[in-house]
Amino acid sequence: MRTGQTDRLDIGPAGRTSGPVLEIRDLSVSYQTKRGNVRAVEDVSFDLASGEFLGIVGESGCGKSTLLFAIAQLLSAPAVLDAGSVMFEGVNLVNLSEHQLASIRWKKLSLVMQSAMNALNPVKTIAAQFSDAMRAHGVTSKSDITGRSVEVLRMVGIDPVHLKSYPHQLSGGMRQRSMIAMAMLFTPDLVVMDEPTSALDVVAQRSLMVQIKELQQQLGFAIIFVTHDMSLVSHFSDRLMVMYAGQVAELGPTRSVFDTPRHPYSTGLLEAFPSIRGPKVPLTGIPGSPPDLARPPEGCRFAPRCPQVQDRCKADPVRLYHVEDVLVRCLRAGNGVSSGD
Amino acid sequence: MRFLLRRAAFFVLTLWACVTLNFLLPRLMPGNPAIALLAKFHGRLSPVALKAIEIAFGVNTKQNLASQYVSYLHDLLTGNLGTSLTFFPTPVSVVIRGAILYTLGLVGVTTILAFILGTLIGILGAWRRGGWLDSILPPVFVITSAIPYFWVGMLLILVFGIQLHWFPYDFAYDPSLSPSLTLSFIGNVIEHSILPAIALLVTSIGGWILTMRNTMITTLAEDYVKMARAKGLSSRRIMFDYAARNAILPNLSGFAMSIGFVVSGAVLVEFVFNYNGLGYLLVQALDAEDYPLMQALFLLITVAVLIAILLADIITAILDPRTRSAG
Amino acid sequence: MAILTGAALGEPAPGVAEPGGQVQAGQAIGRIWRAVRSNKKAFTGATLLVIFTFLAIFPWVIARDNPEAEIYGRSLGPSAAHWLGTTSYGQDLFAQAVWGTRETLIIAVVSGALSTFLSVIMGLAAGYLGGLWDAVLNFITDVLLVVPTFPLLIIIVAYLPGIGVPGLIAVLVVTGYSYGARQLRAQTLSVRSRDYLEAARVRGERSIYVILVEIIPSMTSLIVATFLGTAVYNVLAAAGLQFLGLGNPNSVSWGTMLYWAQNNEALQTDQYMWALVPGALIGLLGAAFALVNYAFDEISNPALARVPITRTRGLNPVVRRLRANRAD
Repeated sequence: MRTGQTDRLDIGPAGRTSGPVLEIRDLSVSYQTKRGNVRAVEDVSFDLASGEFLGIVGESGCGKSTLLFAIAQLLSAPAVLDAGSVMFEGVNLVNLSEHQLASIRWKKLSLVMQSAMNALNPVKTIAAQFSDAMRAHGVTSKSDITGRSVEVLRMVGIDPVHLKSYPHQLSGGMRQRSMIAMAMLFTPDLVVMDEPTSALDVVAQRSLMVQIKELQQQLGFAIIFVTHDMSLVSHFSDRLMVMYAGQVAELGPTRSVFDTPRHPYSTGLLEAFPSIRGPKVPLTGIPGSPPDLARPPEGCRFAPRCPQVQDRCKADPVRLYHVEDVLVRCLRAGNGVSSGD
Repeated sequence: MRFLLRRAAFFVLTLWACVTLNFLLPRLMPGNPAIALLAKFHGRLSPVALKAIEIAFGVNTKQNLASQYVSYLHDLLTGNLGTSLTFFPTPVSVVIRGAILYTLGLVGVTTILAFILGTLIGILGAWRRGGWLDSILPPVFVITSAIPYFWVGMLLILVFGIQLHWFPYDFAYDPSLSPSLTLSFIGNVIEHSILPAIALLVTSIGGWILTMRNTMITTLAEDYVKMARAKGLSSRRIMFDYAARNAILPNLSGFAMSIGFVVSGAVLVEFVFNYNGLGYLLVQALDAEDYPLMQALFLLITVAVLIAILLADIITAILDPRTRSAG
Repeated sequence: MAILTGAALGEPAPGVAEPGGQVQAGQAIGRIWRAVRSNKKAFTGATLLVIFTFLAIFPWVIARDNPEAEIYGRSLGPSAAHWLGTTSYGQDLFAQAVWGTRETLIIAVVSGALSTFLSVIMGLAAGYLGGLWDAVLNFITDVLLVVPTFPLLIIIVAYLPGIGVPGLIAVLVVTGYSYGARQLRAQTLSVRSRDYLEAARVRGERSIYVILVEIIPSMTSLIVATFLGTAVYNVLAAAGLQFLGLGNPNSVSWGTMLYWAQNNEALQTDQYMWALVPGALIGLLGAAFALVNYAFDEISNPALARVPITRTRGLNPVVRRLRANRAD
């Protein structure tokens, strides 16, 4: 189930480090609830090259955010990382203590969340929130701190006078951009983003995405971008991962996944977003709802809703198949190709 | 700033409402109680004093309600709170002055201590969820906050006063001493206030602990706390700077309501310990039907509570920048 | 937040509409019953309440003696004949304690219920009607909230000597409704703009219908919590007043027992039972209400519920991560 070096197309900006930034193997996360163990993320594996932009899409509840926080070692009760490894630049984060993680946090791996209004401390100024991150990593000189704060704000196009502002005094777009600026403080190798554009209007979304892409090209960090908006992220991502019911449904270069989706779920997702320039087509949704992850179905998890379902789909769990440059968790798509890794 | 102005306006308005309430109460009761009072004290007070009561309570006056109200307000503003009947002929204001410091000390110190301790314990309980602190605390303190203040006082008197003779349990200071600013007198006062303070503390701390723990738990689930973790900040910094700073804000507004409870408890605690503060005075006035003193005390207590609330509002404005902008 | 919660998993995706969005009253009651049974705290509290109610309704089952008869030896200590001893007036303390349950419980329940009723009306009216109504009602409530209740009670009851239990209840209700009213108003305001209410309005339903059928059921847990909280407070306040000798000192209740105990210097004269037992009973009753109330908090706010396994140290689960794989 490894993507392997040979499958990765050489796309995107040149990264700063050689070798993959991230190697995820068999990552699984459960929630311990009164109703039992709920497997929110099941056996997810992928690599992330330096400077690569990976988009993770799926509907609400598919586990994409849980996956993101599991990677960043930010899960909170009742979520527990059951199994798997997260190799970040050669070090397995899962085995590290909080103290050891602290030196990696923010310096090499930073986070951007969905709503800056919720993600920024409402009682501290922007400057204070920038500075406590820097102080936590040994930057003590006041001029250094102020200098860098001004620098990152300029990078995202915000007037440094707003350092003195509180989060509620900024507009939504500015808040979001200052959150991104904060993530740039140490020019990390990897920035994980959990739906950073979902709270914005369409125009602001686009300009924020452009800004993010520009920063990436400037500074060369890798991005994992979680969203439910497939069409938005596909303009900017190098690779696309479609998640369903806690599993990877499809994973491959954006163009391949977007232009020729092979998993029926991916197809369904795309057909739900009509192109504004394309021919007028009737809107189709995906009937039904995702499975109860406390008691997932025996076979393919998408089978109950799949328009192309066959009997064999419901029998056994489906593994990922290589189809050209893409990984697909579908028997129909997979059986056109020779089986095996 | 608009926030503070609004709170100040509320303060003034509520003050006016309480003053008016104080004015109306005896006049609203079926059969003005002052009439019975006058009958009782008829032979025992000078005609001047009786007349003063008549005026204060609106009996037999030819003034209509409105002009009574005006003279009442005028009296208040000039500090004329009437003459006490129990301590006749001492004016009420003098009687109060003798007792107010003891109550301020007892209630003030205990409330602040309960708030600080309660908040800290609450933070700790939320931080270590599922630990022993978290499992024991809630039920224990739910129970202690349902126990009557005065019963705790009685228990303390029994155990530490009567049985063990560790602390005095009567009066605010040894009756054989006379109040002075000497160290020994102050020490004596402190000694006498320990048991009442413990009684107040034990009963009121429970509420603080629980509410702080609950708001802290909710705050720990917030996104900005996760963000603080992601930034690699130390646990202590996250706990205080991010979680507690935000969790305490709703608690401060609850401070306003709880002050009323503490004051109520203080009245009973002072009674049980014969602690000569304002609460004890109130009960004495009650027994003697000393209405002028009672009214004045009620007004004073209310004003003190209002001031405490205003202070809490000011602190909230300092700690929460959103109130300063939004208003 | 896009993060999954334990509750969110297993529920239909947002594309599937939830019915009405509000909790049906029947659902709420069912949940309550199940929660009380499973939650130790609630169960303890509820059991205590049942015991007290039994004692209040059938006191003669347990206590044979007439609580008011001053026929026994004075100031006797506990013995087989008098389980708690006797008062300075020769009354059996145990009988007084048991028979006193009735008055105290009546005060607690009736004043709690009436106070909650008043809170609901005031809070709902202020929140729902808005505008001038809201400003005026809210102001009255806020003033009563801020004025320290107990001194106010003292003053009012002092002007009404010999006030009986009904009067006491009335006074408690008027001074104590404000806390609940404030919370209900806040809740009404937040619920008022929800979509399912808009739908009801668009359907042409009258306001009174909207209030009764849609809003009130959604606040069931808040209303119950208000009732329980007010009951606790009123028990303590009534006891406090009776302790001071207000109300009718000749009635048999825990508060008046304390009054007579204090009057006769029970503590100083070694009559511990007299002084301490009524207070302990008051605390127990209050604790019973409070325990049930506390369990309610946990039910209505899932974040506070006892998460089965995860202990935390700060923000990290103490549970060791299972089977952490070594890297390939």
